[in-house]
Order: sequence, then C-alpha cells, then structure tokens
Amino acid sequence: MNELSLSALQVGQSARVVALHTGSAMRRRLMDIGLIPGTYVTCVAKSPAGDPAAYRIRGAVIALRACDADTVHTQAEPLLHPARRAVPA
Amino acid sequence: MGLTKSSTGAGAVDGGLVIRRERPDDKVIALAGNPNVGKSTVFNALTGLHQHTGNWPGKTVANAQGRCEHQGRGYVLVDLPGTYSLMAHSAEEAVARDFLCFGGADCAVVVCDATCLERNLNLVLQTLELMPRTVVCVNLLDEARRKGVRVDLDALSRRLGVPVVGTSAGRGEGLEELMDAVAALSSAPAPPAPAPVRYLAPIEAAVSALEPLLAPRLDGRLPARWTALRLLDGNEGLLSSMEHTLGICLRADEAVAQAVAAQWDALQAAGIDREAFLDRVVSCLVLNAEDICNGTLTQTARSDRRDRRLDRLFTSRATGIPVMLLLLAAVFWLTIQGANYPSDLLSRGLFWIQDRLSDLFAYLNAPDWLHGLLVLGAYRTLAWVVSVMLPPMAIFFPLFTLLEDFGYLPRVAFVLDHAFQKAGACGKQALTLCMGFGCNAAGVTGCRIIDSPRERLIAMLTNNFVPCNGRFPTLIAIITMFFVGSSAGGGQSLLSALLLTGVIVLGVAMTFAVSRLLSGTLLKGVPSSFTLELPPYRRPRIGQVIVRSVLDRTLFVLGRAAAVAAPAGLVIWLCANITVGGTSVLQWCTGFLDPFARLLGLDGVILMAFILGFPANEIVIPIIMMGYLATGTLQDFQSLDSLRALLIDNGWTWLTAVCTMLFSLMHWPCSTTCMTVGKETKSLKWTLLAFALPTAAGMLVCALVAGAARLAGCA
Repeated sequence: MNELSLSALQVGQSARVVALHTGSAMRRRLMDIGLIPGTYVTCVAKSPAGDPAAYRIRGAVIALRACDADTVHTQAEPLLHPARRAVPA
Repeated sequence: MGLTKSSTGAGAVDGGLVIRRERPDDKVIALAGNPNVGKSTVFNALTGLHQHTGNWPGKTVANAQGRCEHQGRGYVLVDLPGTYSLMAHSAEEAVARDFLCFGGADCAVVVCDATCLERNLNLVLQTLELMPRTVVCVNLLDEARRKGVRVDLDALSRRLGVPVVGTSAGRGEGLEELMDAVAALSSAPAPPAPAPVRYLAPIEAAVSALEPLLAPRLDGRLPARWTALRLLDGNEGLLSSMEHTLGICLRADEAVAQAVAAQWDALQAAGIDREAFLDRVVSCLVLNAEDICNGTLTQTARSDRRDRRLDRLFTSRATGIPVMLLLLAAVFWLTIQGANYPSDLLSRGLFWIQDRLSDLFAYLNAPDWLHGLLVLGAYRTLAWVVSVMLPPMAIFFPLFTLLEDFGYLPRVAFVLDHAFQKAGACGKQALTLCMGFGCNAAGVTGCRIIDSPRERLIAMLTNNFVPCNGRFPTLIAIITMFFVGSSAGGGQSLLSALLLTGVIVLGVAMTFAVSRLLSGTLLKGVPSSFTLELPPYRRPRIGQVIVRSVLDRTLFVLGRAAAVAAPAGLVIWLCANITVGGTSVLQWCTGFLDPFARLLGLDGVILMAFILGFPANEIVIPIIMMGYLATGTLQDFQSLDSLRALLIDNGWTWLTAVCTMLFSLMHWPCSTTCMTVGKETKSLKWTLLAFALPTAAGMLVCALVAGAARLAGCA
C-alpha cells in the first residue's frame, strides 16, 4: 500500500480514497457521485493525452481531469497485472 | 441532436414550468433520476411523446411534461433534469429540488439504473427525505441481466419502505406495474413511512431539537426533518425559494435563528464544524446507499469487461483519434454513397412534376408571370431543396443517432477534452458540438449541460463552426462537383467522404482556436472542474432509431427548410423579373455585392444566396442556381453535371468552390440559431458576437485563401 493521488493511478490499478483536498464546488460534486473517504476506485481508461482519465466509482465510470484527480489522496494497491498496463502518459 | 419545436428557437426556453392539467383531478407525477438512466425513455413510453433520448448524460435540458391515462385516471408527468443529488450545487439540481418542494407533485418516481444501483440510491434516499410518496423505478433491468447483475426488488422495497418496480423501458416492460404503483400511492390516504437515513449522533440531536420548532411553521408543506437539515446547512437558495413560493420566512424568524445558532454551538462542541457538516451528511447518505445495495444486489461476473475493451478501442492513445476520424468518415461515406441514387430519383420525379405543372398552367391559359412566380420560383426552389436535402438527411440522422444511442458521444468528449482544456473550455463542449451537426440551434440549447457560465458562453459562440445538417448537402454537392466528379462510384464517394471529413476537422480546429481566443480575451478565466460520466454501452435500438429520426428529425428539418424555400424562391423570381431602369432588381443587388464578394473569392450571386439563406442554410445552393438561371439560358439541370456546367458558365473555378465551402462552414448562424442564442444569453451583445464571430472568421479565411491563390497565380 502506498500513498498516491488519484491521477497517479495506472490503468487497471485500484485504490481506496483517503481524503479530498479540494474546495467546495468540486468536493460536493465528487461526494455526490459517491467519492467519499473509504471508497474503492479503479482507474479504467486514460484519454489519448493521458488527461482526463476515467475511474470506476461505485459501479459508474466517471472521467476526471488530472487537476481535479490530483486533489484526491488515496492508498493505492500494487498493480496486479503490470504486463497489461497501458503506456504511461 | 434533439430536434423538436420545443428544443429549437422560441420554445427552447422554459420560463418557469406551468403544469397543464386537462382535468382538475389529474395527478401530477414528478419523474426524477440520475442523468442517463433512461428517464426520458420511461417518460416517452408512458406519455407517447417523443422527447429526444440518447445514451449520454444531460440531454434533457428543460423540464418537459406529458399526460397519460391509467385505469381511467389522468396523470401529468413532469420529466425533471437528471441530477445526482438534491443539494442544489448546480442549476439542474435546484430546478429538480424546487419542483419536488414547491411544484405540487402528488407523487414522485425516481428512475434508477439497475447496472449502477448504488450510485442511484443516493438520490433515492434524498428524495425520500423530501417526498415520502415516491415510487422507485429500477430501470434497465434487461441491461443488468445481460451483465450478470440481479436486483432483489422485494428486499429493496422492504429496506427503503416504499414501492419498488422493475422496468426495461426501452422494451416497454414493467410500465403497467409502474403506473399501478403510482396510482395506488398517489391516491393512498396516508403517505408511506420510509426508514429515515440516520446521521451522526450530534447531527441527529440537532435535527430533533429543531423539528418541533419547524413543524408548526411548515404546516405539513415540507417535511420538518428535511428542512431542519437544510437550515443547519444554511442553504440560502432554498430559504429564499421558500419565502417566494410558500411565504414561510425562516430567516427573519427570531426563535428559529436562535435555535439554529444554539444547535451550531452544540455541533461545534462535538467537533463538527460548518465545513464538515455537509461532508458528514453526504457520507452518511452514500454509506447508507452502499449498505442497502449490498443487501439487495448480486453480481455473478465482473460486468463491464466488454465495455472496457470497447473503451480501449475508442479512447486509447493509439486508436482513440484514428477511430474517431474513421467513424466520422464512414458516416459521411454511407451518407454520400447512399444519397446519390434517391437524390437523382427525387429530382427526376419532382422536375417531371414541374413539367406537368407547366403544362397545366399552359392549358389553363394562366398568365406567364403567374407560372413564373409559382412554378419557376416557388416550386422549383422547393423541389431542389427536397431532392438535394432529404436523402443525405434521412441517412445521416439515423446513423448519427445510432452512434449516440450506442454511447459513443461521451467517449468523443473524453478524447477531445484535453484540447478543450487547453483552449480554456469545458470537455462537454464536444457533446454540444456533436449536437451542432444535427442543428446548431439544438447545439446552442444543449450548452445548458455546461455548468460554468463562462464556458457555456464559449460553447454557444463557437457552436456554428461545425456545419449543421442544412449545410452538409451544400458541402457534399460542391465537393462532388468540383473535386471528385459526380459519377456514383464507390471510390469517388469515399474521396468525397474524406474531403468532407477534412472540412469538419477544419471546423473543429476553428472551434478550438476561437474558444482559446475567447478565453484569452473577452471570456478570461481558468477552466472549471468537471466530471463526465462514461455510460455503459447499450445495444442501439435500430428499428426505433430509424423510425424516430426520420419522423421526428428529418421531417421536422425538412418542413422548416421547405417553409422557407418556397417563399424565398418566390422572392428571387420576383427580384429577377422586376426591372428597374432596364436591369433586374436581382442584378442590382448582386452587382452591388459583387466587388466585395470577389474579394472573398465568391461572387455577388453567392453572397446574395448566403444572405437570403439566413432563415435556413438549406436554400443556399438552390438560390445560387436561381440567381444564375434568372439571367442565363440553360434550362435542363436535372443532375449535378448540368449544375456544374451552369456554375462554370457563370465563372466558377476551383477557388470559387473552395471559398464557397469555407464560407458555408464559417458565416453567420441561421436566424433560428441567432434567436436561440438570444433566448439563452438574454443579451443582445452576446447574440451579436455569435453572429459576428463566425462571419469575421469566414471572411478573413476566404479573403486570405483567395488573395493567396491569386498572388500565387493559380486562379
């Protein structure tokens, strides 16, 4: 387990949310879609430029820009299938 | 691309919703739900209306209402905008919450996506706090079954304490049961008592201290528990709405204010400060939803492996952009290839009718001017518009709708977001841009999905840089005539499709450039945060898509074009045949415009056609033809070859063709779009800018291209 921001996750990597370090509007939005501390999140896709990336959050897939995902601190799990991971951005 | 009378032009703005009951005992049902859960499909299936549906969040931008009857009783259904929450962080949420609070609904239906139930339950729990008379509709059960997700509806109903009905609205399953539940609930003497969400102990203590104080003041019009929570949260928007609509003035109420302040002291003593309060409330709701979901939902396999594989194809670094361009080119190729034959057939048929009409006028000894006005003016322009416009539209609309239904458009937004981010704009602008392909007015209305006012304005002002369906046939015709050759071979239409894709890419590049220019000058600011849901892919309902897009969209757009074409043809014919000082009015006008038009690589007739095409872009090419024919002698023009001959006789070169295409891509928006921008921005200044911006860009680009070509001596 290592501390990573959400934006640092590789495709296929999962993490548990520790804290949201962001101001009110984005914080509200993220919490409304279920991104509260303790939530299990998986990075499922990155766009061609690497930003934004898409995350599976409580069954739904949501795209976030890196500047927003940066503010979400997580405990990341080690990558299970390093061979299958996408080209790093 | 939802094209209806209500989504474009004057009907596009909902100035407060007025419920239309047909009978005084009609019940009002509010339809709430997360974005993109099939709410509009449920609404359409129940009301028989045709609200536009598509697989992307946010397409329902205005409240819609419709009526249905069930067992002899009438129901008015109100389709609320899709929201994740009722905490009113955005305009849609405020609209949905205010309707549930003050709209006078007898009952609410919260539509949920069975494939993503947990996230949806957050809104269900919030709605139950506000409106106990609620039926939970678990939709998309067929999708869920396919993905190995099973929902125990009875257990869910027991946990929530309200009726739960499972539906697959796309196939019409479960809707009878839904209306049965709505009927029973809306006429039940007492509302159900759903199990309330329990918050942290200090919050519960504060709420129960405030409830007895609030209950007599609210007098049953709003639940005291819910109001207490909002009061502690200090929700100013809600409090002022309460003052406006219910006349309940809690802010000025000394006793309430003192009690709230006292409870806040207690909360702070318990370690909950103002920042943390809403966090704790939302966390409790989310955890409660998780708990309920764990008890009622079973999943046999990891459900989204196929979706993720498709995502890799559509969004990855290696394939995302190439696949997008390929899909665009493929849609154009099918459109061009498929439109050739019916277009030819239609024009033969319609011009055969013109000849018969002429015979009839001759037989009746009708005066020449009447024949000219009605047949050569109005009918001929109309015939051209129908034969050139109808086939490409009838093919492009369904193809595009299939992609939309499948769920591809949010992936486009995902792939293009980085470029929009660099331009200081919102990634959802890609969705409004896609809607612009259908109709720019619908695209401008669709900009409501963008939360930040600055980014919404950017999207509205630049929407016209993608050619709408009214401009495609013009582009296709010119490409075919001047750059490919009009024989209907597969290779030729492939080349046409590639050239057209190039034109679209130029339009999108202009969108980026102008968005960037705007966010660096007039609309300065940093890009705001955004979340974009990538919904599961859905199997497109092919039959339904074809029927609906032909009936709703194609005929609607065609009707509008035809309504403009006939009078425009009339006017043109009059202008060409009324002479002042030996020269026709048309020649006066085109002669006046000609010097300036030449500067842009066009001529007076072309510019005149664009000006007269202000009400509808569809009529530009027919007007150009009318303009030339009015002075020329050529009479047989039933194919693109003869049209090409006519244009070349009137001095067209490849440069004229290029500049006409560029000007078609970039000139003022049509009148409907301008009106829509006016309605949406409520500002003359922005409307004028929406008019001037593409016009200036088009004139600049055309003048540069024409000047450069002339300097280089190649035209």
